[in-house]
Amino acid sequence: MKVLVAVKRVIDYNVKIRVKPDNSDVDLTNVKMAMNPFCEIAVEEAVRLKERGVASEVVAVTVGPKAAQEQLRTALALGADRAIHVETEAKVESLAVAKLLAKVVEAEQPQLVILGKQAIDTDNNQTGQMLAALTGLPQGTFASAVKVDGDKLQVTREIDGGLQTIDLSLPAIVTTDLRLNEPRYAKLPDIMKAKKKPLDTQTPEALGVEVASKVTLLKVEPPAERQGGIKVGSVDELVDKLKNEAKVL
Amino acid sequence: MSILILADHHEGQLGAATAHVVAAAQQITNASGGAIDVLVVGENVAAVAEAAAQLDGVTRVRVADHAVYAHQLAEPLGGLLAALADDYSHVLSSASTTGKNVLPRLAALKDVSQLSDIIGVESADTFLRPIYAGNAIATVQSADPLKVITVRTSAFDAVAESGSAAIEAVDIVVENTLSAFVGEKLAQSERPELGAAKVVISGGRGMGSGENFKLLEGIADKLGAAIGASRAAVDAGFVPNDMQVGQTGKIVAPELYIAVGISGAIQHLAGMKDSKVIVAINKDEDAPIFQVADYGLVGDLFEVLPELEQKL
Repeated sequence: MKVLVAVKRVIDYNVKIRVKPDNSDVDLTNVKMAMNPFCEIAVEEAVRLKERGVASEVVAVTVGPKAAQEQLRTALALGADRAIHVETEAKVESLAVAKLLAKVVEAEQPQLVILGKQAIDTDNNQTGQMLAALTGLPQGTFASAVKVDGDKLQVTREIDGGLQTIDLSLPAIVTTDLRLNEPRYAKLPDIMKAKKKPLDTQTPEALGVEVASKVTLLKVEPPAERQGGIKVGSVDELVDKLKNEAKVL
Repeated sequence: MSILILADHHEGQLGAATAHVVAAAQQITNASGGAIDVLVVGENVAAVAEAAAQLDGVTRVRVADHAVYAHQLAEPLGGLLAALADDYSHVLSSASTTGKNVLPRLAALKDVSQLSDIIGVESADTFLRPIYAGNAIATVQSADPLKVITVRTSAFDAVAESGSAAIEAVDIVVENTLSAFVGEKLAQSERPELGAAKVVISGGRGMGSGENFKLLEGIADKLGAAIGASRAAVDAGFVPNDMQVGQTGKIVAPELYIAVGISGAIQHLAGMKDSKVIVAINKDEDAPIFQVADYGLVGDLFEVLPELEQKL
């Protein structure tokens, strides 16, 4: 079966972000960018399905600026067979990404689409669910285990009280949680080979999707700073402070 | 302007989160007026509906009680919400795993955006939400005819329970052939729910093993605290994932948060830095957790924890 895996270019998770002085947004100039960690897990799962002989082809897709091709090349180096880049410089939010991905799903007809559960920049946790709604497919969100069983997919999901297991009919949409797998590193020869793998470019216009959103970002501010605290010398002092100063005991 | 709230419930009981979501809804209707309806969806949920009817500010409780809604799978719930949403200007849910699973599906079915995890209401169309693991706060305005919103419950105080809303049945049944419930493995705990606890004590990689989390239990019992964990402790297999506090786990804001053997990575801070008082116990005096802690104690947790338990 064919597996489609969606990846996003985001700020590296280790970077301490800066808000622009005019409060218009977060400053991304000269900041290290990388593949969203949840998307790495999605790519790894797709590649493992291929290594187990379950998947026949793994197609990576991204929506974003020209530079996002770096993340597609990373996906190819990790084992994806080919890539599709929906190129746009516009700021595209979840609903529009889901609409663009729905067009790609329509064209590619994958049996399984794997996405990360959320991007660490917008923290939306929406795109996979929206894609499922737009394509009319079932969804297995926050997956920590995935098993293909004939024409069914068994997904174990991380829910608030613990774990839930569900069966989905294929084709289906899955979003990854952190514990689904441990992504591998790309080896140098694979990175070299990835440069020769096919990468198609599309545009939102050609796909017939309007990316404009009805949500306006009015401002972005740093959160309230916490007051620097004090260090106490002993357990006695700690208990005393909590009782008499903070009054939380 | 009317608001529909998807109620949280587990094992026949109304979740504490719903009272917080009603508070957020009241902030929206305060400006413009309007009804607040709570939707209870599931199988055998009469008791949940009774509890929801007692929440202050609720106009009406609507109950969709049918086998197809058991386990609250996204496909039938999304369809049901989409069928009901036309009567409302806002659909709200807590940012629980159920809310996160279902509401984006509803939003896409209605061709509108979703606002995730709001922490503040400026007006009926303008909301505050954290981005970049809580390191920036965005103010966003939605011009969509229907606002689909998940609410960070720790950012809103729960409403009281002295109301008596009317309860009405909803007889829409959305058939589901796409997904099926197989099973569930829930962690059993006598302690308060992590998201609602007044005191939380969490362990990190520094705990060394799952066995050592027992050191936290005596303290948690004395304080009536919930026990949490950092992602490192979960990934190391010390404790189950539903104990994880952080950007990718639960977001908590208790009166007192005690971080034990936790370095304080960005992703963990995103889940707890709105706690009223933070205590850090760590043997590394340079650990970033000390930069947000009100009270820090540099020391070996294996010596500090038994002493702390004894002195409480």
